[in-house]
Amino acid sequence: MNSKLYARPESLTDAPFHYCPGCQHGIVHRIIAEVIDELGVRKQTIGVAPVGCSVLAYDYFNFDIVQASHGRAPAVATGVKRVCPDSTVFTYQGDGDLASIGCAEVVHAAARGERITTIFINNAIYGMTGGQMAPTTLVDQVTTTSPYGRNVNQVGTPLCISEMLSTIKGARFIARVAVNNPSNMAKAKAAIKKAFQLQNNGEGFCLVEVLSTCPTNWGMTPVEAVKWLETNMIPQYPLGVFKDAGGE
Amino acid sequence: MSETRLMKGNEAIGEAAIIAGCRYYFGYPITPQTELMEYMAKRMPQIEGVFLQAESEIAAINMVYGAAGAGARVMTSSSSPGISLKAEGISYCAGAELPCVIVNIMRGGPGLGSIQPAQADYFQATKGGGHGDYRNIVLAPNSVQEMADLTMLSFELADKYRNPVMLLGDGALGQMMEPVNLEEKPLVSQEKPWAANGLGERTKPNVINSLYLKPEQLEAHNIHLQNKYQKIIKQECRWEEFSVEDAELIVVAYGITSRIARSAVEMAKRDGLKVGLFRPISLWPFPSERLLTLAKQTRAFLVAELSAGQMIEDVRLATRQMKPVHFYGRMGGMMPSSREIYNQVNLIVREKKEAVK
Ligand SMILES: Cc1ncc(C[n+]2csc(CCOP(=O)(O)OP(=O)(O)O)c2C)c(N)n1
Ligand code: SF4
Repeated sequence: MNSKLYARPESLTDAPFHYCPGCQHGIVHRIIAEVIDELGVRKQTIGVAPVGCSVLAYDYFNFDIVQASHGRAPAVATGVKRVCPDSTVFTYQGDGDLASIGCAEVVHAAARGERITTIFINNAIYGMTGGQMAPTTLVDQVTTTSPYGRNVNQVGTPLCISEMLSTIKGARFIARVAVNNPSNMAKAKAAIKKAFQLQNNGEGFCLVEVLSTCPTNWGMTPVEAVKWLETNMIPQYPLGVFKDAGGE
Repeated sequence: MSETRLMKGNEAIGEAAIIAGCRYYFGYPITPQTELMEYMAKRMPQIEGVFLQAESEIAAINMVYGAAGAGARVMTSSSSPGISLKAEGISYCAGAELPCVIVNIMRGGPGLGSIQPAQADYFQATKGGGHGDYRNIVLAPNSVQEMADLTMLSFELADKYRNPVMLLGDGALGQMMEPVNLEEKPLVSQEKPWAANGLGERTKPNVINSLYLKPEQLEAHNIHLQNKYQKIIKQECRWEEFSVEDAELIVVAYGITSRIARSAVEMAKRDGLKVGLFRPISLWPFPSERLLTLAKQTRAFLVAELSAGQMIEDVRLATRQMKPVHFYGRMGGMMPSSREIYNQVNLIVREKKEAVK
């Protein structure tokens, strides 16, 4: 007797990802797809894709998607959710998208307690445009626009989005996870699942920040990139649940 | 059911939008359109609609983008500096072919300008305003009644063509009070099988998008848009004319200026001058063909605007420079009197007479 133990989630199309080798966007897509399948909400899910490497998310997710302009995904998701209050609406955003140009939109979506879920991919760099400095770039990190390393005196310190958003009353659940090893992947999946469940229970804004690699723009092999994430990013951006209103 | 009420222009837009089935409004305060926003804040909850004050004009237009993408009838409103901020979002709405209504109650510019009425956003409204080859349908009312009527038409046209429609008024129209007849119309329910509102019984996901990375695909998309725009040009040109049949001079004006111009034309006619008025109601598509016909039978045009001269370019293009096109404009929130326009009319007509002698 044959039985399938592991299959592609229904929430993913069979289009192969365009992401670079070792990029973790693909892993996070898969986790989201699994979660949506497990919650059985694929037919009522509407994703909002950002501008960034994941701009083509609509080719990979097998449900309705609205592609947003750079940084505006939380506002777009607000419009969608207000029209479809019973749907599961999420944004998927990079750090350039969410922490820089779209900082106001995410803060105010959180402040409104907007019933959406945001998956925030923090790879400490602008991926798609070729490795420029992001608000999340680490101190002394070299990027194409911080070629001598991020200088705090000139451009300030890395923005800790999860910590910042967890101070906002309207935010319901804020967690930071990583997908650098299987155990963290399991935690990431649990956090993402919770963020969707809370939304479906009619609760407010939920955000899961996922520390992620960009081997291409970091100039590393995929293995080196995971190590760099562990030794440099996690100390700056500690993992954990920052806010679980009601469950604290 | 029909009801006549004394209303501000801004409020008439709000009530007309509701009659037209708009249940979602996203905006950000700016004079001189704020009454519209406040009206929606009061009315939307009464009819189980959604009113949301966004954190910025940028957010507001993107909420519109999301709501329109999910298939709703949705509106935002602002005034000049706010419309500049919405430009990116409007371009995205045009690119993704999302029906939505954007109200611009213009004020003086550039920059922070003033809060007085102006018509200096004509280029921005009719030529794009945001990036890329796109067009909005632009309707220009000249009374409170028309603010209501054209708002309803805006929603119809937006859905019909899956295109943003801009209602272009100015501070004077927004603020003035006139009687307005609001007629309840049975709502035509709109099928939007393309909307991203959850798969439901569909098998194929709907995607709202304006990204086409392959140049062939983007060109094809642009050709599709341009074909649609051609169809709109053919079907949706609107204008009003007064006493143009034997006119030696035709004044061309839209919006509030057309009303001042109309008094000037009436004064001139009383003095025995052969003058008419042409008022474009759709600024895009611009009623070029009709103007060309008129160019064949008149001697000259006088364009009057609350700007340094923006619509004058469309009048020149339409009339192919067959006849001289004169201009009279005030800027910065200054309103011309009908006497001022009358003086210009007089000057041109007499000059022409001199030239003929
Ligand atoms: C208004 C606007 N500004 C700039 C860009 C160019 N742009 C495209 S992607 C991107 C950076 C995205 O970086 P991030 O959000 O960190 O996502 P990643 O590519 O790293 O996944 C930028 C600046 C744009 N498309 N629109
Ligand atoms: S550039 Fe970086 S973020 Fe983008 S796909 Fe490649 S590795 Fe991933």
